[in-house]
Amino acid sequence: MSSSIYVAGVGVISAIGNNAAENLASLAMEKAGIGDITLLDTIYREKLPVAEVKLSNDELAAITGLPSNISRTTLLSVAATQEALDDAAIPGFGTLRTGFVSGNSVGGMDKSEDFFVDFLADSNKGKLRNVFDHECGSMTEIVADKLGISDFMTTISTACSSSANAIFYAARLIKNDVLDVVIAGGTDALAKFTLNGFNTLMILDKEFCKPFDEHREGLNLGEGAGYVVLVSEKVKNTLSKQPYCTLSGYKNSNDAYHQTASSPEGTGSYLAMKGALQKSGLTPADIDYINLHGTGTPNNDSAECTAIKRVFHPHYPPMSSTKSYTGHTLGACGGIEAVFSVLAIKNKIIYPNLRFETRIEDMPFEPEKNFLTGQEINHVMSNSFGFGGNCTSLIFSAI
Amino acid sequence: MEIYIRSSACISPQKTFTNDDFLNHIVEYTGTRLKAIEPDYKQFIDPKQIRRMSHVIKMGVAAATECLNQANIDMPGAIITGTAFGCMEDTITFLTRVVEQHEELLPPTAFIQSTHNTVAAQIALLLKCHNYNNTFVHKGISFESALFDAMMLLNEQEADNILIGGIEEMVDTSFKVLTRLGLYKRWPVSNLSLLATASKGTIGGEGAAFFLLGTQSSTDNLAALTGLKTLYKPRSVKESITAFLGSYALTIGDIDLVITGKNGDLKNDEVYNMLNGSLFKNTSLANYKHLCGEYPTSSSFALWMAANIIKTGTVPEVVIERDINSSTPKKVLIYNHYQNKYHSLMLVSAI
Repeated sequence: MSSSIYVAGVGVISAIGNNAAENLASLAMEKAGIGDITLLDTIYREKLPVAEVKLSNDELAAITGLPSNISRTTLLSVAATQEALDDAAIPGFGTLRTGFVSGNSVGGMDKSEDFFVDFLADSNKGKLRNVFDHECGSMTEIVADKLGISDFMTTISTACSSSANAIFYAARLIKNDVLDVVIAGGTDALAKFTLNGFNTLMILDKEFCKPFDEHREGLNLGEGAGYVVLVSEKVKNTLSKQPYCTLSGYKNSNDAYHQTASSPEGTGSYLAMKGALQKSGLTPADIDYINLHGTGTPNNDSAECTAIKRVFHPHYPPMSSTKSYTGHTLGACGGIEAVFSVLAIKNKIIYPNLRFETRIEDMPFEPEKNFLTGQEINHVMSNSFGFGGNCTSLIFSAI
Repeated sequence: MEIYIRSSACISPQKTFTNDDFLNHIVEYTGTRLKAIEPDYKQFIDPKQIRRMSHVIKMGVAAATECLNQANIDMPGAIITGTAFGCMEDTITFLTRVVEQHEELLPPTAFIQSTHNTVAAQIALLLKCHNYNNTFVHKGISFESALFDAMMLLNEQEADNILIGGIEEMVDTSFKVLTRLGLYKRWPVSNLSLLATASKGTIGGEGAAFFLLGTQSSTDNLAALTGLKTLYKPRSVKESITAFLGSYALTIGDIDLVITGKNGDLKNDEVYNMLNGSLFKNTSLANYKHLCGEYPTSSSFALWMAANIIKTGTVPEVVIERDINSSTPKKVLIYNHYQNKYHSLMLVSAI
């Protein structure tokens, strides 16, 4: 029960790159992936900016070896998991107890939307193929089949903390000696359903988002997938290269305040951060970088700010929201940002919070504005908070 | 460490909620869809909130509340739910408006309540419970994934008194789509003769079953949850079951009753029929899907049934397929599969 959980591989696809190297390059060049909608068929083209992955479904299909008519959510997931698994290069993978735990928010909604247009006109119409894989679990299943994983798989959907909770659950599967290796993270593709949903809540910024800025006006939706390969101590000893880091702390708490809004005190996020620190045996002063949830909505960022103040005052580590690059990728953000956290440790870097100008009133801290290199980074905290008050913090630690 | 089922509450197409007799007054339906019998929600939920809640949220919140009442627990150590389809009603409402109103002038309520974690979130909100909260959405093992999470949390001593439930709602749209996908029979059947009419398709169902799991022994506990295993496309179910029992130093001879997931569909029931003639040959058998219908988290109904069979020491007549030695069962094995892909085994023992 007490052995460490190691991160042996990472894989990511987002609006700023189709793999980890491309994402890192964009992060270093301070190049955001946000722009006009080009893929979704929606009335909000040229009205609402989003962060699209720069590959069509046909291109994703070519890369992944899957048909192009399946959900984009699945295609993104396969691209990132394949990279993560290749990166981990685990000897004797097929002989180990392996699992896949993935988060997403709306499953195959991109395809269900197509089905629904015809179905609403006539309930005997609509291509069944487009609705067959509607369930969130279908995404995970297709990917697990593709990766050859059958010992264990499951799917978590806690809105925007889905993939952070997937990583959390995966670590515990190893701690409880159920599995040796788990690929964990999450995936989400842009869909009209979510774009319209967030738009009705009036929390989408019509310009590029400005997380943690006093004048922030909302979030930009994004899409992508991010996964880490977690391994046990035993498997870690067989690896031909050093693992990136450990997953040293995690905590899941509920804000229990409102279905969509965060409490002014940031109770859920406060408890998640505090609990993760406790789990890892660290103090706030030990954290060298916080990858914020930082969506850019007035409500999230003010609650997260307050919670950070409660946990960290007066030792504020550098912090930033990489959603200023990738947009808010919902069920994928915990996975993508876990990868960025791991890469921060490995490359001794801290990412800037793009477009930050004005510190939030009354806050004694502000996010990092510059890309920093040569940093001694031992512990990184990654925050993911979602609808339904589902708050999760993860801590990654250098070995 | 023993894990106990301290209490349980189940809303289903049968009178399983808030009445004392255990499956004595069975409801017969003719058709291919069983709808949950809805309780008087006002006893469990603030009437102002009831109006805003969809079917699955009401079922989930009421069953969770009653489960806590039964155990006399105010604040659970964790809240975990499993649901394959999540909040279907709100999802379809919002999606319909997106299409029909061409993305314009949409009200947000249905979207807000459409996320799969809404039920677990609403329970937390109602209780002001800041503890661990999670939702699993993996097809036919959504409930089992949630249950496994609860068992790990107890094993890690991270939480006690864990509230865990399996929930699923069937709405007209999902029933229509699943019918077109060929899941259900093409003509109306009586649910009570479902398992005797071997043909293609089953009947759809829905429900919410919640459990309070803890590690403290008490004579009030319903049963012990001894083991859980999920299997994906197993090569040999027979070998998997034998190995599962073996991991608890048991053989099939130690099992007093097997509850299987027969649903009346020829292909679905093949594996049960095979086992009933081989591994389970000398074991008492029971079924449950003629009572609650088929849905991805129906195994939560089976667990509710197993816990009550053990607590009451009786096997209701309506569920018995073969009675060899099932009076006062001490060890019950639940074996269910969903569409031949996801199989699960749950071992429930007398305390």
